[in-house]
Amino acid sequence: MKKTLLLCLALLLLLSSLQGQTINPLSVEPPQKVTIQRGHSATIKLQARIDRGYHVNSNKPHEEYLIPMRMTLTADPLILESVKYPVGHDQKYTFSEQPLNVVTGNFEILLTIKAPQNIEPQMHVLLGKLRYQACSDKACLAPKTVEIHITADVR
Amino acid sequence: MFSPKWKIALAALALACLAMSCSSSVKAGAASPNVRPTKDRKIAPAFKLKDADGKIAQLSDYKGKVVLLNFWATWCGPCKVEIPWFIEFEQKYKDKGLAVIGVAMDEEGWEVIKPYIIDKKVNYRVLAGDDPTAQIYGGVDSLPTTFLIDREGKIAGVHVGLVSKSEYEKDIVALLGIAAPVK
Repeated sequence: MKKTLLLCLALLLLLSSLQGQTINPLSVEPPQKVTIQRGHSATIKLQARIDRGYHVNSNKPHEEYLIPMRMTLTADPLILESVKYPVGHDQKYTFSEQPLNVVTGNFEILLTIKAPQNIEPQMHVLLGKLRYQACSDKACLAPKTVEIHITADVR
Repeated sequence: MFSPKWKIALAALALACLAMSCSSSVKAGAASPNVRPTKDRKIAPAFKLKDADGKIAQLSDYKGKVVLLNFWATWCGPCKVEIPWFIEFEQKYKDKGLAVIGVAMDEEGWEVIKPYIIDKKVNYRVLAGDDPTAQIYGGVDSLPTTFLIDREGKIAGVHVGLVSKSEYEKDIVALLGIAAPVK
């Protein structure tokens, strides 16, 4: 009886510490500095990881009500030319009638940035924001935004 | 640190342990393992939120009732599974003293909540949630999160994530102190 109570207490303490935490199941590795010649473009590879047991809606989820993965970049005076999102895969969950298009595990996002010919050669720190919405097969987390700082050396 | 399956398993284990060790103090009528013994219940935090008609709703409006307080969002797939059950519970147990309240956590507010509740013919009161309310209820980072509040205004149980309809019904019946529905 005493042992059971102690075990319960330990578990409840563990649970209460978990409940206070905000869960961030997606992480992005800080990208390496990129060098761009004026008048040219460069591609930055963002490497990200989603914790096991979670999925994130792809950029093009099948259902309209789902929040898609979306990357924004404050690039000025550089120009964000394109964002290449990971290709999602279709997965059926207990809560969905139709398969959803999701991303799981490790993935990459490719950003192509152009340095205009007329800008000063100098270092720029660009702020990227990756907005995502993650779920497990039983619950969903509120939409979250990961900030990513990208250093671009314009020459 | 822990996968969702681990968290759910730990939660279930802890609740089961608590129910086992405290079984002698469970009052008659509390037949659900999810319903906490009366002595372990804490007062549900007070809140003031607006409903679809712009009227202020607060928990004290429901004094003497069993309240099923469901935090959800229109973008949450698992939440959508539960909503038809809650519609049914509201219909079935309203006269017995149950009040279902939905707290929608959509950032866009009524612009997205209203069309959804009209489309699904939601028959219970839905409120537009906000961060302060979520915070006083422990953050509510995972949706759905549902609190079962007894007639004294105390939290008798919490479900985080999708659980079965029968689990909810057992909790409701136990809190209302009525006979379990015949299958």
